[in-house]
This record gives sequence, C-alpha cells and structure tokens, in this order.
Amino acid sequence: MIEVNGKQLDFVENETVKQLLSRMKYTFPLVVVKINDKVVPRNDFSEIVIPDNSKISVIHMISGG
Amino acid sequence: MNVEKAEKIRMILQKASVGIAGIGGLGSNAAISFARAGIKRFVIVDFDKVEESNLNRQYYFRDQIGLKKVQALKENIERIDESIKVDFFDHRLTPGSMDKPFHDVDVIIEALDNAETKTVFIEEIMKKLPDKPLVACSGVSGYGNSERITTKHLGNLHMVYDEKALSSDDDVLMAPRVTLMANWQANIVLEILLGEDK
Repeated sequence: MIEVNGKQLDFVENETVKQLLSRMKYTFPLVVVKINDKVVPRNDFSEIVIPDNSKISVIHMISGG
Repeated sequence: MNVEKAEKIRMILQKASVGIAGIGGLGSNAAISFARAGIKRFVIVDFDKVEESNLNRQYYFRDQIGLKKVQALKENIERIDESIKVDFFDHRLTPGSMDKPFHDVDVIIEALDNAETKTVFIEEIMKKLPDKPLVACSGVSGYGNSERITTKHLGNLHMVYDEKALSSDDDVLMAPRVTLMANWQANIVLEILLGEDK
C-alpha cells in the first residue's frame, strides 16, 4: 500500500511519479511532490519509481500572492 | 497580559531573522506583522515597483506609487520600529540562484505570485537549503471560504493551502483573503521560531 494525500492506494510495482499522478487523475500543471518528506524535482517525475509503503504528498501550486 | 511570556517571546524574536521572497500581497502584509511582533532582521527580495493596482491588498500607500517595493516596504517597516534591520535585494529571483539571499535567515517565506515561480522556488530551496524551514502559500484568490484554508506540515515545508482556489489569472485578489493567508504564514513562522504555544 501507499498513501497519497492521506488516501490509501494499492502499491503498483515500478510505478513512476508521473504514472501515479495520472492514476490519481491529477491534471494540475504545477505540483510539488514529496515522497516520504523528500521533494521530487519535476524533471524526475518520469524516472523516479514509488517505493512500497511510501507516504506521498501532492500539492497543487496556484497562482496568486 | 502574561509579562513573563511576553518577555520570553521578545528575547527570542529580537534575535530572529526572516527571509521573504516576494513582497506583494502575501510578503508585504506578512512583513508588517513580523515587524509588529518584534522580529528585528529581515531579508526581502522583489524586483517590482509599487503600482496603483497593488493598493487594494498590498501594504503600500498612494504616495509610494512608483517606488521600488523593497524601498517602500523598508520605509513602512521602519515607521513601525526603526531598530529593525532590513537587507533588501532589488532583483528578480532566477532559477539556479534563488537560495542565495536566504542562507543566513532562520525561516523563509515563499510569497511569490506566479505558480511556476512558486514551484521552482520551493523545489530549489528544499534541495539547496534542506534544513531551513520554508513557509509557502498556494490558493489565495477570491473571497470567503476561509474554512477551506489548511496548513500542511511536510517536514521543513509548511504550506498554507486552499486546493480549491482558482488561479489568480481567472479570479480576483482581495485584501481580506490575501492578508488572512499572509498572516497565516506569519503565524506559522512564529510557531517555528518560538515553539508550539501550549
């Protein structure tokens, strides 16, 4: 199992961050992703594989300030 | 008032420093709260000038239109407390060197406006200054819906967050919600500097 934004999900072997975002149907263009409290750079989304039992946070960055 | 507690807070905050990336709606209002709270050292970074359209939510005044924001905010901070030391960088934060102004501050506030810049800034600070607390914000536009705002604590990244807010490109920016979230960020900074208020 993995946990994404507090939600339990099945672990999928060799799933990349990019694939996970699309499985979650997250279509936001700009997100900050943390896996077990480590930030994953966006350039690495299609390479980094999610380990089992990970705790993942996906934060949607919205313009305005 | 609890005099003992106030004195303890004063002692800690007078030695504390904050870095503020962007001094528009979020950054200028957070800075004023820090000045009133008793923080004595600021590092502020912004490349913009004060415009009339900023006055609906940013901590500037009519007679400051046309001034560099860093200059105008330094003046406003010093009007509250002239013993505050403000270091300012009058330039745009560019990828690759975004961390530079912030190496020796205790806490950093992300108060930028554009989603792309926000994302790059958070990634870069978390990578280059992983031990530095960073308080960021996403989703300020609109009005009302205060109860949708939450804090997400993710290690050293603390997010003030409304995931349902629209982009400011498709919505409005108004003082109540912008200052609410600016002060929400400032309130988290106090918690980081002082420890939990028990």
